Amino acid sequence: MSIETIESDEVERGKAVGSSMQRREDRPLITGEGQFTDDLKYPREVQLVILRSRFGHATITDIDTSEAEAMDGVLAVYTEEDILASGLDNTIPGDGGQDHTAPVDRHLLASQKVRYQGDPIAAVVAKDRYTGHDAVDAIDVSYERLDMVTDIQDALQKDAPVIHEEAPDNVAFEWSSGNADETLASFDDAEEVVEVDLSINKVVAVPMEPRAAVAQYRPAAEELIVDLGCQSVLGVQDHLSGVLGVPEQRITVRAPEVGGGFGVKAQPYTGHILAAWCAMQLERPVKWQATRSEAFVSTNHSRRHDLTARAAIEDGRIVGLHVDSTADVGGYLTSGGAGVPSGAFGTRLLGQYDIPNAFVEVTGVFTNTTTLSAYRGAGRPEAAYVIERLANACARELGEDPLEFRRRNFIEPDQFPYETPFGSGYDSGDYEKTLDKALEYVDYEAFRERQAEAREEGRYLGIGFSNYIEICGGGAGGLQGGQLRIHPSGKVVARSSLVENGQGHATGFSQIVADELGVDIDDVDIVAGDSDRVPEGGGTGGSKAITMGGNALKEGAKKLRERARAIAAHELEAATEDIVFDDGEFHVAGAPSRSMTIEDVASVAYSGNLPEDIRGLEETTFFSPEGSTAPFGTHVVIVEIDPESGELEIDRYVAIDDVGTQINPKLIEGQIVGGVVQSIGQAIYEDAIYDDNGNLLSGTLQDYAVPRAKHVPEIEWDSTVTPSPNNPLGAKGVGEAGTIATMPAIVNATIDALEPLGVDHIDMPLTQERIWRTVQEAQEE
Amino acid sequence: MFPNKFDYVRATSVAEAIDLLEEYADADTEILAGGHSLLPTIKSGLASPEVVVDISGLDELAGLEIGPETTTFGATTTYADVLHTDGVYDAVPDVAETVEVIGDRQVRNAGTMGGNLAHADPASDLPAVVVAADATIQIQGPDGERAVPASEFFIAMYTTDLGPSELITAIEVPNVGDDEGATYVKKKSPSSGYAMVGVAARLRTDGDSIEAARLAANGAFDHAQRLEAAEDALVGATVTDDLAATAAGAATDGVEEWELMDDIQVSSDFRGQLLEVYTERAIQQALDRVGVAVSA
Ligand SMILES: Cc1cc2nc3c(=O)[nH]c(=O)nc-3n(C[C@H](O)[C@H](O)[C@H](O)COP(=O)(O)OP(=O)(O)OC[C@H]3O[C@@H](n4cnc5c(N)ncnc54)[C@H](O)[C@@H]3O)c2cc1C
Repeated sequence: MSIETIESDEVERGKAVGSSMQRREDRPLITGEGQFTDDLKYPREVQLVILRSRFGHATITDIDTSEAEAMDGVLAVYTEEDILASGLDNTIPGDGGQDHTAPVDRHLLASQKVRYQGDPIAAVVAKDRYTGHDAVDAIDVSYERLDMVTDIQDALQKDAPVIHEEAPDNVAFEWSSGNADETLASFDDAEEVVEVDLSINKVVAVPMEPRAAVAQYRPAAEELIVDLGCQSVLGVQDHLSGVLGVPEQRITVRAPEVGGGFGVKAQPYTGHILAAWCAMQLERPVKWQATRSEAFVSTNHSRRHDLTARAAIEDGRIVGLHVDSTADVGGYLTSGGAGVPSGAFGTRLLGQYDIPNAFVEVTGVFTNTTTLSAYRGAGRPEAAYVIERLANACARELGEDPLEFRRRNFIEPDQFPYETPFGSGYDSGDYEKTLDKALEYVDYEAFRERQAEAREEGRYLGIGFSNYIEICGGGAGGLQGGQLRIHPSGKVVARSSLVENGQGHATGFSQIVADELGVDIDDVDIVAGDSDRVPEGGGTGGSKAITMGGNALKEGAKKLRERARAIAAHELEAATEDIVFDDGEFHVAGAPSRSMTIEDVASVAYSGNLPEDIRGLEETTFFSPEGSTAPFGTHVVIVEIDPESGELEIDRYVAIDDVGTQINPKLIEGQIVGGVVQSIGQAIYEDAIYDDNGNLLSGTLQDYAVPRAKHVPEIEWDSTVTPSPNNPLGAKGVGEAGTIATMPAIVNATIDALEPLGVDHIDMPLTQERIWRTVQEAQEE
Repeated sequence: MFPNKFDYVRATSVAEAIDLLEEYADADTEILAGGHSLLPTIKSGLASPEVVVDISGLDELAGLEIGPETTTFGATTTYADVLHTDGVYDAVPDVAETVEVIGDRQVRNAGTMGGNLAHADPASDLPAVVVAADATIQIQGPDGERAVPASEFFIAMYTTDLGPSELITAIEVPNVGDDEGATYVKKKSPSSGYAMVGVAARLRTDGDSIEAARLAANGAFDHAQRLEAAEDALVGATVTDDLAATAAGAATDGVEEWELMDDIQVSSDFRGQLLEVYTERAIQQALDRVGVAVSA
């Protein structure tokens, strides 16, 4: 199904939701009018450059900054001492020190010790970046190198180097969830136990725009203004206030255009906090723009797990699931560093299957590598990978077709809302439906015939399925503000704290608001990304813009419509109950000629002559959903593999996704395609590789293979619609779905292709060399 | 990312460029042609020249001429110039095909034939094809002009036969005859796009058997090298269905594992395997092409 877009002026009043309206975000981006952080230039602006550790693990015995300080054009050189002298404690928020996590701090600048290549040590502020970089090179750091450990298994060895004294065994956290006793017992009685050992590769998030910030301080007013590409202006306001001690209400955080967030622009980092601190010290605008190489070592990495997953099987059904995992957190516990590989991963492990007993244990481990945290999908791609690899292994073990096995184990439509042993709820679902639809695209029987014929000719085709769920879109108790104002002119402005990172929020929000108010879509403007101009609420992440932000605006608009109805009643001298709203007009029931458009109402709404309780058309609504949403789908991949060269070709990629009610199908398709591409990267190409000295070897785009257009097949997308009962729109999250679905489909297809060569397991990434080696080893056995 | 300061001089003739190189002989000088190897090298801090002599504007070095026997490429001819010239696919299909798979469009618009060879990146594409085609590198320096066979030009990683004040002025490539088949096949690194392995082949047949064979690889060794054992397996052999596979099996004969490049994407062990696979593909494609016109 190929989705055609329409122009906004072709959208009929009241029918915006569901239409594939063109993204309103694109024009400034395509014409070059869009301003990213580094495009902003302020008078007297100076440049911050950060000195980062060359080594993975070392004690710092001395930092000599004298030569750097003496350089022309250098305004200041700062180290930990200067931060402490300013009254700060030199720590930034992280996941350390919780009940189940090690009491380990993160530092703005290193405190006597560095724990990964890229750990920030000192900061130079200079009149330009050339000078700044020269000055950074002129800082003389005396390191005493320590033994280091970059792999989680090595870090858990008895004699492993200790990264934090507070965590002598290198354990960063220990976490478990599920009904342990019942689960372990189910294995004792099981007819069959199927086990897979999986090693999930570490990936680097590579947003097009590396992190950046420009900060200004107005000493007289004690105001701090920070522009930065981020996911949450209010979140950044929060941690700037917490670290710097500036009252929140005096901090303005603005996100200009953001060149991709993907979860890694959600956390506090040294770069932007230090820019703000330097601006306060120097009372000048201070800008920091990471280079690509700096981004590689300092922006969070993600997803590294080594695990064993076991299924207890009876009558062809999984009755017990046990996952025991070790996860990498990197050199420190950053924010999300413990949360992502534990709860966000562990409680999603059931996938689409009705499994009564499940237990997951995760041990987080410090290594001398860049910190790990959320990256698009945040734990859920890993979870989907585990259960979908295991599902295939179960089918193989039982000697049955992977689809037959899946269908038997699916949660049935009448089991929703479904409660998992991890305590997480699925709102709604119909898993057969997306699978059936996928099979309308891919003729499974015909493929199996083609596969058999190809094998005769020595060609290796394989098919892989991924039947995924995710849990996203906010949850019960979550809160999101939406603010609306209908100006006297009838034009509408809607405000939300959810920062645009490329998703198309403004397009989707405007569709929702326009329909609720019965106005033209081009009469609705969206304001986001400015802490001074938006209501309280969350940041972008966890696929919740539409489910939280969209619903907040929908509910707000509904309230405004009711207010407008009351004003219309007042003006038309009728009872409010007698006023009917349709096609964007209020009229008196039974007397359609006595009518007012919402614009007419707006023109009289701001008048002291109206009764007080119906004056003005402004509304701030705080929305909280009934619960989270569980989008789902079926992705099917057909690959062809040349065992001689290890080359893998994706012949077909079919994605069928159910994200509930669709606001804009084209935006959904775009999110799915983008997500799929990102996981094609992890599945086939990407790997953050460190050498034994803690150097990130894959630290440039020359060496780290983010998929290019030529690596990506056509992605055939279609959908089913199972609305969520948990929010008024009936929408589910979509931003991460594609990323979650893809990896197991590709790996399952690869194993299917290589099965006649004796292959029943392979880890990611599926590089040519790995495929070739796996075949070689299978042949030797 | 942030290069050190350097002096920039724009040469107005080859003679002046050579004079400038002589004049600054004591300094660390670099020639700037398309800049698509030099600038990344400078930006990443791997090179830090004091003087950069720009030859990119020299008309006398630009352009190509397709003669009856040979095609001559001026050193500053860009890849895009090559691809936009009528007749190159007829005359030297292997060179055209190589240039086509270098980098992306921006790289092909800027990078030059001479720059590629002079830089001698082991993973560059052009070296193998000039070696297999038995091309001649024309060089000019303070002592005048000289010509070097391509197979003697590349010495080691980033190291060529060029003297400190010498320039490549042109590359002469013999045209492919009717009784010949020529090709270049490449496995691109998924990240850099450079050759993980690239194999160029030129074969001459009398219809039944191979009369002459030249094979060369880049990406595999520290510099472009002929695959002599595989060539030997071809010359005199009767063309059969499995000839390519058999001869390609010899591509790694006599090659020690340490001679093969080893990096995070491809180990030396697997590189040997890729070399055989791509040698087979190159031989097969060259054979299929004897007497067949190749087009863009
Ligand atoms: C993103 C990217 C992708 C690329 N992908 C590929 C690829 O797939 N395959 C590939 O082969 N290449 C690739 N390249 C390299 C590209 O082809 C370069 O253009 C080429 O290697 C150098 O040519 P240049 O004209 O740009 O030389 P420059 O960068 O200007 O010079 C390179 C070196 O050669 C010397 N030099 C230049 N001209 C002469 C001359 N006439 N005589 C003597 N010395 C000279 C210079 O002093 C310098 O040391 C890529 C480059 C980039 C940036």
